[in-house]
Parts: sequence; C-alpha cells; structure tokens
Amino acid sequence: MARAVTTQRKSINTLVAWVIALLIFFPILWTILTSFKTEAQAINDPPLFLFFDWTLENYAVVQERSDYMKFLWNSVIIAGGSTILGTIIAIPAAWSMAFVPSKRTKDILLWMLSTKMLPAVGVLYPIYLLFIQLGLLDTRVGLVIVLMLINLPIIVWMLYTYFKEIPGEILEAARMDGASLRDEILYVLTPMAIPGIASTILLNLILAWNEAFWTLNLTAANAAPLTAFIASYSSPEGLFFAKLSAASTMAIAPILILGWFSQKQLVRGLTFGAVK
Amino acid sequence: MKYFIRTLLGATAVCALASTALAETITIATVNNGDMIRMQGLTDDFTAKTGHEVEWVTLEENVLRQRVTTDITTKGGAFDIMTIGMYETPIWGANGWLVPLDDLSAEYDVDDLLPAMRAGLSKDGTLYAAPFYGESSMIMYRKDLMEKAGLEMPDAPTWQFIREAAKAMTDRDNDINGICLRGKAGWGEGGAFITVTANSFGARWFDENWKAQFDQPEWADALNFYIDMMEESGPAGYATNGFNENLSLFQQGKCGMWIDATVAASFVTNPNDSTVADKVGFALAPNSEGVEKKSNWLWAWALGIPAGTQKEAAAKEFIEWATSKDYIELVAEKEGWANVPPGARTSLYENPNYKDIPFAKMTLDSILAADPNNPTVKPVPYVGIQFVAIPEFAGIATEVSQEFSAAYAGQQTVEEALAKAQALTTDAMEAAGY
Amino acid sequence: MATQHSRSAARFMMAPAVILLLGWMLVPLTMTLFFSFKKYLPLRGDSLANGLDWVGFDNYVRFVTSSSFWPSIYATLIIVGGVLIITVILGILLAILLDQPMWGQGVVRIFVIAPFFVMPTVSGLVWKNMFMDPVNGILAHLWRFFGAAPVEWLSQASMQSIILIVSWQWLPFATLILLTAIQSLDSEQLEAAEMDGAPVLKRFWYITLPHLSRAITIVILIQTIFLLSIFAEIFVTTAGAFGTKTLTYLIFQRVLESQNVGLGSAGGVYAIILANIVAIFLMRIVGKNLDA
Repeated sequence: MARAVTTQRKSINTLVAWVIALLIFFPILWTILTSFKTEAQAINDPPLFLFFDWTLENYAVVQERSDYMKFLWNSVIIAGGSTILGTIIAIPAAWSMAFVPSKRTKDILLWMLSTKMLPAVGVLYPIYLLFIQLGLLDTRVGLVIVLMLINLPIIVWMLYTYFKEIPGEILEAARMDGASLRDEILYVLTPMAIPGIASTILLNLILAWNEAFWTLNLTAANAAPLTAFIASYSSPEGLFFAKLSAASTMAIAPILILGWFSQKQLVRGLTFGAVK
Repeated sequence: MKYFIRTLLGATAVCALASTALAETITIATVNNGDMIRMQGLTDDFTAKTGHEVEWVTLEENVLRQRVTTDITTKGGAFDIMTIGMYETPIWGANGWLVPLDDLSAEYDVDDLLPAMRAGLSKDGTLYAAPFYGESSMIMYRKDLMEKAGLEMPDAPTWQFIREAAKAMTDRDNDINGICLRGKAGWGEGGAFITVTANSFGARWFDENWKAQFDQPEWADALNFYIDMMEESGPAGYATNGFNENLSLFQQGKCGMWIDATVAASFVTNPNDSTVADKVGFALAPNSEGVEKKSNWLWAWALGIPAGTQKEAAAKEFIEWATSKDYIELVAEKEGWANVPPGARTSLYENPNYKDIPFAKMTLDSILAADPNNPTVKPVPYVGIQFVAIPEFAGIATEVSQEFSAAYAGQQTVEEALAKAQALTTDAMEAAGY
Repeated sequence: MATQHSRSAARFMMAPAVILLLGWMLVPLTMTLFFSFKKYLPLRGDSLANGLDWVGFDNYVRFVTSSSFWPSIYATLIIVGGVLIITVILGILLAILLDQPMWGQGVVRIFVIAPFFVMPTVSGLVWKNMFMDPVNGILAHLWRFFGAAPVEWLSQASMQSIILIVSWQWLPFATLILLTAIQSLDSEQLEAAEMDGAPVLKRFWYITLPHLSRAITIVILIQTIFLLSIFAEIFVTTAGAFGTKTLTYLIFQRVLESQNVGLGSAGGVYAIILANIVAIFLMRIVGKNLDA
C-alpha cells in the first residue's frame, strides 16, 4: 500500500516536474529548432514544430559570413583567462578573510561587492580613454583584466564562504607539522576546497562568457568574442529569425554543454555559505 | 654604371614602397544590412586587386552607432573605415574627424554620384564619406488588393487617399491590414517616419531660432492622423514595429500598403523570401492635401575614414573599390541587377540593364524628390529631412519618439506626448547651449 | 589562532585583491566625478586634450530635474523588485519540487538551469522576436488558438514583459541555491512533523522556510547586484520605451545617444548612490542572516 502511494506520488512529481522543466527550457529548444528552418518556415503561420525540411543552411551561411572559431577562441581565452586570474588572486584573499578574520572583514567583503554596482555605461568613457592610453583597446589582455575585476568580488565571496566551512584545526595541525603558509594553502586548503573552487570557476565562466557590455564596447576585429558575433546577426534588414537562431545556438552551445556536464559540481558548490 | 646603380636603388625603393603598401590589413566597421553582407562576401576581389587584407567588424545598427561614435570622439583608432550615415558625416566632418575624400581618382568619377547623396555627405563642399548605397522612402502596395478594393493608386497620392484606400483594403478576419507603418521608438526607426510625416503636414522640428515646435497644431494634426489611420487599418502592436517587423508582415502578405525605405523594394519583390513578390506596385510617398512637401526621406550609408588612421591610403583604395561603378558591375554579375547597391550613382539609373528592374524608376524619382536643404514648408535653420543635422538630435529624437510610441500604444494622449516632447526638447537644447 | 604573524600575513595575502578592486573603483570613479562637474559634449568637439569647462553642479541639477529621472528610479525598483519576488517564490517552489523523488531528475534539473547559460542579448532577442511578437510570436499564436486577441506584450505590458524575460534568466540561479539549501534540510525533522500530523503548509512555514532564510538572503543580495545594472534585455526589446527606462538605461541615453558625457557621469554618480542605498537597506534586513 505504502509502496503504491510512493509510486503514484513519484509519477505525479515526475509529470509536474517535466512539464515545468520543458516550459522553462522551451525558448531554448525553440531557438534550436528554428535554427534548422528556412527563413520563410521560421515565420510560418501556424508555427512549425518538428515537421519541416530540416536544413543546415543557416549554419553554413553563418560560418561563411563570420569566422566562428575566431570568436569562440576569443570567448574561451577571455572568459577562461579572467576566471583563472581572478581565482588565483582571490584564493589568498579569501583565506585571510576566513581564517584570520578581523573586525573589518565583513566591511571589506561588502565593499568589494559594492564595486559591482558601478553602472558600466556610466564609466564607459573613462575606461575607454584609459584603454586607449594603455594600448589595451581591442586586446584580449585588456578584456581579461576588466572581466577579472568585475567578477573578482563574487569569486572572493564564494571562496570565502567555502573556506569558512573548513575547520581551522586542520590548517593549524598542518602548521604544527611545519608547513609554510604557501604549503598550507596549496596542499591542505585548496584540495579540501576543490568542490567550492570548481563551482566558483564554473559560475564565473558563465558570467564572463555572457558579459555583453565591455566585450562589445572595448573590441573591434582582434579580440571580439561571441557577444560581438551575436551583435552582427540581431535585426539586420530582411528576415533573420532562422539565422539569428543559428548564431545564437552557436554562441550558447559551448557554455550550455559545459554547464550541463558540470552541473553536479555547480550545484554542489553554489551555496554561498547558505547551507549550515 | 652610376646611372645603373641609381636606377637599381630607385627600383628597390619602389619595390620597398610597393611591398609596404601591400602589407596592410584594414579594419572596417559596418552595419549588418544585406548590401554590406554582400560586400563582405566579395572582399576577395578587393584583396586580389590591391593585396590589402580586410578585417570586418559587422554589427547591428544601434550597436554600430554607439561603437563608432565612442571611438571617433575619443580618437580610439580601432577602425580604419567606418560605415556611417548622412546624419553623422557632416557633423564629424565639421569636427575634422574624417579624412576629406577630395583626391579620388579620375576613373572613380566622383561627379557620377547622385547630387543629393553627394551633398548630404559633404560639409562646405568637401566630401567626407562615399555613398555605398542610398535610399529615399516610397509606397509599396499590393496591386491585387488595390484592385479588389476597386481603387487605383495614383503616382503621387495624398495621405487622405492612402487612408481611404487602407480602410478599403483592410480585412482583419483574413489577417490583412490596409497599411503597415513604423511606430517603433528610436530616432532612426519610428522617429524618422513620424518626422517625414509631420513634414508632409507642414510641421517642423525647430523654428529659425531653434525653438522646439511641438506645441504647433501641425504636429498634432500629423500625429492624430497617423494614429487614427493605424487604429483603423494598421496591424496589432504597430507601436513596436520597425523596418524589419513591417518587412516580414508585408512579405507574409499581411499588409496592403507599406511606406518605407526604397531599399525594401528588392526584398519584397524577391520570390525567395516574399509570398507577394509579383504583386507589388510602387508610388511616391504621400503628402497631406494642400501641403506641397512629400513625406519621403533621404539617407545614405557611406564609408568614411577616421582622421589619424595609419592606413589612410589603403582605406581610400577600399572606398574607391566598394563605391565604384566596377563594384556595381561585379555584384550584378554575381547576384543579378536587382541586388546591386542602389541610390548612389547616376550611371546606374542610365544603365539599360537596370531600367528593367521594377522599382528602379520610383527609387530614383523618390530620391530626386527629396531636398534636405528645404525639408519643410516653413523655413528651418537645419539641414536634413528625417533628421536634424545637429549632434544633439539623435538623443532628443529617440526620447521624443519614445513619447510618441507611448501615445501609439494608447498609454498617453497625443497632447500629453507632444507636451512632453516639447519640454524635453527645450531642455536638451538648453543644455546644449542653443 | 590569529597570531601577530598570521595577521600581517593575512593583510599581505588580501592586498592584491583589495588594491586591484580599489583601483578599479577609484580610477573610473574619480574620472566620473571629474567629468560630472564638466561640460563634456564629445560631438561638439569637447575632449580632455582641449580642456573641459567647469560647470559646477549643473549636470547634477539637470539630471534630476529631467522628466525622465523619477520614472527611471521607479522603473528600476519595479523591475528589481518584481524579478526578486518572482524568482524567490518560484525558486522555492521549484526547489521543493526538484527535491522530490522522480524519474529523470538529472534531465529535469538540466532543463531548469539552462536559461542561466544564455547570453542576455540572446534571450532578449529570442523573447522579443519569437515569443512576444504580436503577429508572428508563439504567444500570439497561442492566444489566437484559444480565440483571444494577441497581447501586444512589449508595448501594453512592457514592464511585465521585461520582468518575465529577466526572471526567466535568473530563476535557475535562485532555484539552484535554494535547492542546495533544501537538500541540506534534515529530513528526519520533516518526517517527525509529518508523523505528528502537521499539515503540509505548516511544515513548510515552520520548518522549511526558516531553514531557507539564509539562502533566500543570498539570492536576494546577489541578484540585486546584477539586476540593478541590467541593460541588454531592455536595449534589444523596448529600447527604453513604454516606461521601461531604468536608471542604467537613462545614463546610457545621456552618455551614448545624447553624447553628453558630463550629464551621464552625473547620472552615474546618482546610480552609485542609489546602489549604495539599496545595499545598506539590504544589509539592514538581511545582515543578521549573513554572519560574514
């Protein structure tokens, strides 16, 4: 009897969850489907779901028009570089906040977060002028630095919340055994915090990948990532839904796939210290 | 012997010069319109002829504008050629930000450029950007629906006729709207359209003392007429429709008439994309009864070189290539005459191959009918038809058109929209020191 | 544990992050402050090299007296508030649902978090063109299928539409954090309550919700930071029309569309002030939950 109820309940759960999940996923699914239609089919009335002549034409057109690999590579370098650089700078900072807290730790943390509230467009001119002076315009290095700075507060905060959950005694024991500070962080703390570091890196990869203001405004031909790639397909003259869908699919596919494969790590670590 | 060595040295010097000239890679910022995409596809021809390589930065129109404007005002130097319009060119030229194009080669034949386009891209007689393609606006209508409604489109209709015809063609049960027009906020979208409509009702943006004129009755007439007509015969949600939205409506056969850029003609008559390709007729943009100014605009997408680029010579070579007669021939050969960039050169309209194109004549007539120096009935201190060629205009007109769009959507009355437009324009002009 | 030695080491370790962020904040902020007191109209030929005229507080006064100012504050707060409410409530419900036993849980979870990976520009464009278009959009087809007149989403329900789009993007984030929190809930406690005959709602109210309060705090805090500066979603959908002009968007209009850097910079300073007010406000309510 009890068993039957569970199965029934499980069926209902499954049904409800799948319906909602598909509803949430539908816009992405629809974009992917549309990318395989012709432009005329994309605006067909009534809308075509699965029964249309599937075509790869849009992908061919997009690839012919823009060098996808170049944009992709830039995205990888910029998102990856800024995340890794940010993590390297953040680990020691998070260590000291978690294990040597002072009265001001909380203030510093909140101040760091508040730097994220600076509206990007308000400082476009200052940053642009600075980039010209420093010769960073349209370089990947420039974007790596900017995106690292934008995401640094989040990285520090996430790491800090993980480190705090690690018992200080373990680090102390390591120190007793004569480990230096460097060894302590590299060989004791970091391995223990791997899940946290992994999800921090993942979250920031996503944020950096999707950043569309600086990556668009500080690049031209050399350092332009996928956000600029998308900007060349939105609202041209003429019908464009299908080609936009193909370009969108190409732009989000890498991060979507990465996210899907690593969702377990992402979920495990995405607590921000909210779990006690 | 001495002579020989000198020649040899000279020859090496020439070679050295030639090879440095060959090594250039130029970066071009452009808009993602069809003609530019085509140009991108033909870049190999340019590289084969000159040896220069081209890096394209293709962006959507609004993003492009913000990108190139930031770069030119800060002298960022990110681009060697920028694609700009008739609005930007004279302003930037006056600031000395663009390389004057006054030494183009004889075979380029600068006098062949349509006078209206050349004038619109010049400041004090100096050309600052070369027109890649030009456009005006005109009526595109469905001949079959017009016939069904028992009407005949004159070559130069009035707004009043258009409104009657639209009403007669509207068949909402069958998803046919008599007329589709732009209502989308943005100075280059609905802002441009309502400005030319207002021109054809006798309104103007500013009087001779740069005082905003939204408190004048002509503006209220134009807006009320537009809204009434769209309520009667326009598509649902017209307040968010721009060029693209209307294009897809028209191509799907959901519009009886559409008044928009002349370049749209090649899209709506292209059987690959359009379900009504063989049923489209053309007419001059309308004016209100008793007002002599028609509601057609003038625009060109042009290529300009930012002052200070290291690659000026190569950039000029590119501009000469992309806006030449040869380029038009090249496109015609590869993609057919209907797809060549229109509206830039007189010779195109004299070409017998192009005369067969159904919209060629009406495009030329529309362009010739536009006069940016006298855009309105009453005198104005500015140049430009669907825009006012002052730096502040883009910002002001975008905000004004947002107020108008809110009125189209029924969120405020025409009076409220006009009062707000008047206030914000006055404020912005004051801030700019007029 | 905090010896003198480790204290100085701690300072040393924190230094790179602090110095970098201080620079990142101070350099642009100083320049923004500087510009905000200047007449800086790039298209009129003003530039740093030519020298800029001092105009005192003119830009500040002009920015707040503009008829767009208060509506933009209102729009900002409505969008941030609306998205927060929707994502937190739906996030809790979804998290509870996803925590239940079911078949294909992994796939369901993947579907639910997917929107978070989509670039804001892309999601704005997809929603606007393929869903909310009153003629060709899926929603319009759906409405017509049920015999209703299609809604003109982006003009007549502009605020709701923007909130919907942004909520769709941020719901996965809220759900994930809340889900992790729920998974850490002691199930024995819930089962005990169930045995005692406590109804579902009571169990939720007295056990689950208090347990989630920290996670909710985190969601609100992080999302607020990002939501205050949303831009792409508005840029590609309504372009600031129909009452959706947020403070960020207004600054964009001043700086880039009107090309008035001085005025825009003054707006930027206001935005920083607003952000800090919101931050302080948030800290007050949520601070006790966050024993940082």
